[in-house]
Amino acid sequence: MNDAGQELKNHRTEIIMSHLLRTGVVISAVIVFAGGVIYLFRHGFEPINYKIFQRVPVELCSVKGIWGSVLSFHGRGLIQLGLLLLIATPVARVFFSLITFVRQRNIIYIFVTAIVLAVLAHSLLIR
Amino acid sequence: MNILIFTILVWIGSVAAGFLGSLTGLGGGVVIIPLLTLVFGVDIRYAIGASLVSVIATSSGTAATYLKEGFSNIRIGMFLEVATTVGALAGAFLALRLSTPIIAVIFGVVLIFSAFMSSRSRDNRSEIPNTDKLATFLGMDGVYPTPQGLKSYHVRSVPLGFGLMFIAGIISGLLGIGSGALKVLAMDQAMRLPFKVSTATSNFMIGVTAAASAGIYLAKGYIAPGLAMPVMLGVLLGSSLGARHLFEAETQKLRIVFSITIFLLALQMIYAGLTGGILK
Repeated sequence: MNDAGQELKNHRTEIIMSHLLRTGVVISAVIVFAGGVIYLFRHGFEPINYKIFQRVPVELCSVKGIWGSVLSFHGRGLIQLGLLLLIATPVARVFFSLITFVRQRNIIYIFVTAIVLAVLAHSLLIR
Repeated sequence: MNILIFTILVWIGSVAAGFLGSLTGLGGGVVIIPLLTLVFGVDIRYAIGASLVSVIATSSGTAATYLKEGFSNIRIGMFLEVATTVGALAGAFLALRLSTPIIAVIFGVVLIFSAFMSSRSRDNRSEIPNTDKLATFLGMDGVYPTPQGLKSYHVRSVPLGFGLMFIAGIISGLLGIGSGALKVLAMDQAMRLPFKVSTATSNFMIGVTAAASAGIYLAKGYIAPGLAMPVMLGVLLGSSLGARHLFEAETQKLRIVFSITIFLLALQMIYAGLTGGILK
């Protein structure tokens, strides 16, 4: 393939990544907003408590717990779900990069991207 | 103060922080953390968690725009993300062990450095005739759009850039900010990327870097939904408003005012950290 053709193909990859990132941010913002409305409706007139650090309730700290909280229609659970999707957005972008490099048979960058995915997986999954 | 009023005030503050952060290229995190801790009396650990999610939101949004315009260098970004994500894990690991006054002092020092970096003009000396062996091996050289058509550029000092990115990752993971100032230092000054390419690639990397430490912060209970909600929504709105005014002339004056404000906030953070005042 000539250089111009390769550039065009690369740019198509960039456009897809661009859509992926924007969609992820918009969906998570909408979910966070919806959760926020429910949360304020239920708890808006309670006093705030952020001065002294206590860990956030444990059910709002893991995927399983957050999902349970969403199913029981809790505002805070819904906010955390939106934030989880937000965190997953750049991770999905890295995964998409991996697919692209595999299709290009670019061994060096398959290796590089796999390392980044492994680090992300370590942070998000292994406790 | 009840939750409703607090949420509205934090949201307004976050819109302003996001607006100023994107105008100056510093990011919303450097404003939102002092705002939450010094003005609203929020524990710095909650502030870091909330800032981190807002960083992911704004950098992903900005990265989407730059990708469409063709300024980002995905290969350079991917390669340097190895350094920033490992650094971010190390930073989050440190954050769980350091006391909050120490974190506040480190934050103040980083803030002064960032304000200094952003007030300097970024000259463009990207013409490098000789090619770097490692950069060529990694296929990093690229092209970017200019008004005169596509222009090619070369990359150098990959190991130095990689090392600086590792430090940027640690700072991002420790303080919950994007640490764009350090990323730009690594790519502009060390690797000699053109201004727009380094800005675009930096934004491309910030979200992934922040995601690496966000996983740990979420699991350790630092991300409080009631606080993160107005911060994320506010910073996201503010930064998209700011991006529209990025290249207007009147912003120059605003930048100077902002740099002074940042400097004063930094001193306040360091003072509060050293005296153990409100951050205890």
